[in-house]
Amino acid sequence: MAQQDPIAAIATALGEASIAVVRVSGEHSFSIVDRIFEGSSRLSETPSHRILYGHLVTLEQRKRIDEVIVLTFRSPKSYTTEDVVEIHCHGGVQAVQSILLEVLRAGARLAEPGEFTKRAFLGGRIDLSQAEGVMEAIGAKTPLALQAALSQVEGALHQHVETLRHTLIQTMAHLEVTIDYPEHDEEEMTVQRVRNDAQFVLEQIRSLRFEAERGRILREGVKIAIVGKPNVGKSSLLNRFARTNRAIVTEIPGTTRDVIEERIQIDGIPLLLFDTAGVRETEDVVEQIGVQKSRETLEKADLILLLLDTSRPLDENDESLLESVDGDRSLLIMNKRDLPFANGVDWQELAMNRRSLAYSTRVEADHDRLEQEIKRMVFGSERADPTFLANARHLSLLERAEAAIKRVLDDANSGVTLDLVAVDLHEAWMLLGEMIGETPREDLLDQIFSQFCLGK
Amino acid sequence: MRYRAGIYDVIVIGAGHAGSEAALASARMGCKTLLLTINLDTIAFMPCNPSIGGPAKGIVVREIDALGGQMGYNTDLTYLQMRLLNTGKGPAVQALRAQSDKASYGRLMKQTLENEPNLTLKQGMVEEILTAGDRASGVRTNTGAEYEGRAIVLTTGTYLRGRIIIGDVSYQSGPNGQLPALKLTDSLIDLGFSLVRFKTGTPPRVNRNTIRFEHLSVQPGDEEPLQFSFRDDIEKREQLNCYLTYTSAATHEIIGENLHRAPMFSGDIEGRGPRYCPSIEDKVVRFKERPSHQVFLEPEGRDTAEWYVQGMSTSLPEDVQVRMLRSIKGLEEVEMLRPGYAIEYDAMVPTQLDLTLETKVIKGLYTAGQINGTSGYEEAAGQGLMAGINAALSVLGREPLILDRSEAYIGVMIDDLVTKGTTEPYRLLTSRAEYRLLLRHDNADARLMEKGYRIGLLPLQRYERFLRKQALIHQEKDRLNKTKVQPDDVHALFTGLSVDQPKVTQSLAQLLRRPEVNYGKIHDLRPSEVELSDEVTSQVEIDLKYEGYVKRQEAEIERQKKLEKKELPVGISFASIRGLSNEAKERLSAIRPRNIGQASRVEGVTPADISVLLIYMESSNKQEVANG
Repeated sequence: MAQQDPIAAIATALGEASIAVVRVSGEHSFSIVDRIFEGSSRLSETPSHRILYGHLVTLEQRKRIDEVIVLTFRSPKSYTTEDVVEIHCHGGVQAVQSILLEVLRAGARLAEPGEFTKRAFLGGRIDLSQAEGVMEAIGAKTPLALQAALSQVEGALHQHVETLRHTLIQTMAHLEVTIDYPEHDEEEMTVQRVRNDAQFVLEQIRSLRFEAERGRILREGVKIAIVGKPNVGKSSLLNRFARTNRAIVTEIPGTTRDVIEERIQIDGIPLLLFDTAGVRETEDVVEQIGVQKSRETLEKADLILLLLDTSRPLDENDESLLESVDGDRSLLIMNKRDLPFANGVDWQELAMNRRSLAYSTRVEADHDRLEQEIKRMVFGSERADPTFLANARHLSLLERAEAAIKRVLDDANSGVTLDLVAVDLHEAWMLLGEMIGETPREDLLDQIFSQFCLGK
Repeated sequence: MRYRAGIYDVIVIGAGHAGSEAALASARMGCKTLLLTINLDTIAFMPCNPSIGGPAKGIVVREIDALGGQMGYNTDLTYLQMRLLNTGKGPAVQALRAQSDKASYGRLMKQTLENEPNLTLKQGMVEEILTAGDRASGVRTNTGAEYEGRAIVLTTGTYLRGRIIIGDVSYQSGPNGQLPALKLTDSLIDLGFSLVRFKTGTPPRVNRNTIRFEHLSVQPGDEEPLQFSFRDDIEKREQLNCYLTYTSAATHEIIGENLHRAPMFSGDIEGRGPRYCPSIEDKVVRFKERPSHQVFLEPEGRDTAEWYVQGMSTSLPEDVQVRMLRSIKGLEEVEMLRPGYAIEYDAMVPTQLDLTLETKVIKGLYTAGQINGTSGYEEAAGQGLMAGINAALSVLGREPLILDRSEAYIGVMIDDLVTKGTTEPYRLLTSRAEYRLLLRHDNADARLMEKGYRIGLLPLQRYERFLRKQALIHQEKDRLNKTKVQPDDVHALFTGLSVDQPKVTQSLAQLLRRPEVNYGKIHDLRPSEVELSDEVTSQVEIDLKYEGYVKRQEAEIERQKKLEKKELPVGISFASIRGLSNEAKERLSAIRPRNIGQASRVEGVTPADISVLLIYMESSNKQEVANG
């Protein structure tokens, strides 16, 4: 039977326990786990309903993460009716999260809430009249949240959010006391205190968003746009990337309007490389479409590699790119440094003004430096695995909570009255609650129904 | 000796703040109404604080007025002092507080009741609720009088098996030495109701002639006092001052030495007291680090020297109370007129009520006020009004009136009580309302007068005044939106202010939204052609200034309404829904919420339980469609 793309999630509750389980379901589940499993035999050659003993290792460095047993369920005799692998490792947070991350790096994607159950339903294992069974699954597995089979990687996120909500509720409590007991000598809620607390929460939300962003990147890949005038060396750069990664380059069919040129990995970080046509003004209609598309690609990119050919003087194209490409998000690649530098350009000054790298595809060390620089730009100075993976819903709620807290600060600074300040404090609190399922929403439940295909 | 004493549409038991409003509402809506009280001399009595209003409570008083109730108007006619609180914290939390003349207020309410057509006022102690099947059919008093009624409103205050405790002395009593109602509890238990024991307290009273005022700070009333009632015929009253003093280290020492004699600590009191209104001994124990606590000295009336010592609520022995008082600055030689006391009483578990305040078990029986577990005159009056209105509507065969949480503090309170219940005497706080910005005291008329008029309680003449006011507000907002001014025109407004000057053409409304601009400045710039009252202009200002925030809250309400609109099937069996936690099954079966929104507020029901409920409803709908 047709299987869907491979998904993975932690199937057990996060926390102190003797074992924890990562479940993988979908096409190629067996071969994905094979890439990071070292045991007596390969899963791909193992029949259904067997238990294998071995070690889970990291994809790149082959470092041992944990001693595990792996259970095989071949389609259709599994929970989802697809090929399912269950990795049973030691309990606790560290091992199981690391294992999940490796599974994701090996080619699975993080399951959406309720996705295993949805697949069970699609596979005909659960029918509509068994909706009650689904309810039980929700009630039993994620008592905390509205989301069925919500990835337990979110345990860490949950904790972060709880801490912020705790701060907010204390701030609100102080504010309420001043409002409800105007005549009493309760500790006076100064605007200063609201300001301090809001500032703290704002910083925390920002760092959460940063973390969440890293999580997204691990799941979806870093979008890198390569931009430069014709013949600047874009294709050779692409090829150079592809060469070191030949083993894992895959062709991704264009599901979006963007065509991904190459999908590669650096130390397990997936990178999506996009070639862009350039952004210069043009009269040509066909070219205009290309330019428009390039602009969109540039806007969406997490990182832009801007190529200059140092063997030729700068032209209009170069100038316009240097002007239009955002310096914070881009790396200037001074390409063809193996050739003599062209006269009439202060290359040194250019290199000083923005993040840059002298480069040549012919120099092996240059490419290593480039890869290191990309990693640094994506993950900051230190490479650390994210403590949680957030989904798009989380990110949007975090963004809205951040906006609400910003309004609190603005209002507190411009002398807006406390009753209004309280509204935004409360809103931020509600939005954070929604992230962890503590604020019930009717339409969130509709989302679950649509995932179960019950709600149509 | 039993005898048949009369037939009424609605019988109200108790003539405190709840009972008075209930009886007036019912009579005014056309029901033949009987009001029974243990003592005709203590109608609308204030056994504790001589004050009406304050945060949240003051807004309730305006809501009562907007619906056609009496408390606001009678307060306006008798107050000793009027103050607007929280003036620096924004209109959403501003509230009026009146210092009341206790005797005048009670007298005026008695007159109001006596003069109300359709209303009969009688002295009598009810001992039994009479029923026919599962319907209330009347009451019987201690003198054997049996009154028939189609609806009964029970407002027993702290009279139900009341017991006063002063130190190691205790005796059966209603508030302030009144007769307690000792037998009615049994009748309620026989009908199947669960009761709880609550406790409240009051501070000692002192003789003003023995207070040294010289060194105390004065708390005067507002120079331009506002009024509770939305009317034109109220005159400004001469105001009395209150005073502020503090407990001393000596006070705390005296309390510490005598704690073993305090019934709260010796275990002599079983009732649950309110945390937010603690006794002084409670405060001293709980906030050890505080060197002193505020004490307000407040007059109880114009024609009495008796003063109230706010902040000194206590049930310590009488001798300790005197020493405590005399350790306070200004009270060194004070004469205590009556001691403070704690009082215990029976109350109903309010989750036995529907949102109409009708009991679920006995149809036609409504309860309101302290019997429902609340404390406060305003809370009582608000419930009394709603119980009276719904009793009358049911007798008249009309749809009940249920105020939403987004419409009124009264709605918030009743929903809290019947959905969550309460484990201590419940007091309204602004923080209990999730849509506080909408539930302001300035817009209580806009929120509720339409409803008051529609149910036949608010008289036409007052409704028309409201419509005129709304028209003026509308016109003026329209003018401010349409009138544009150039940056040069408004230059003068901003001189001397360290803010950015407007640089583009703006409407007056846009200008008014800036924090540093108020209506007065707009008036100076481009006055309205029609003369507008402060009531109108302040409403215009608030409406425009807070529009953005109000819209956001309205969006939130819309979202919540979706949950409220998901009605739970009437006969739903929560116990049989798989996936619900046992606690949720138990609580939901007991409360029987009307919709998902209400269910989500039931204590012990988690968001996960709500999702299980929603999935249950969704899948049973599917099955109906499939089967149908």
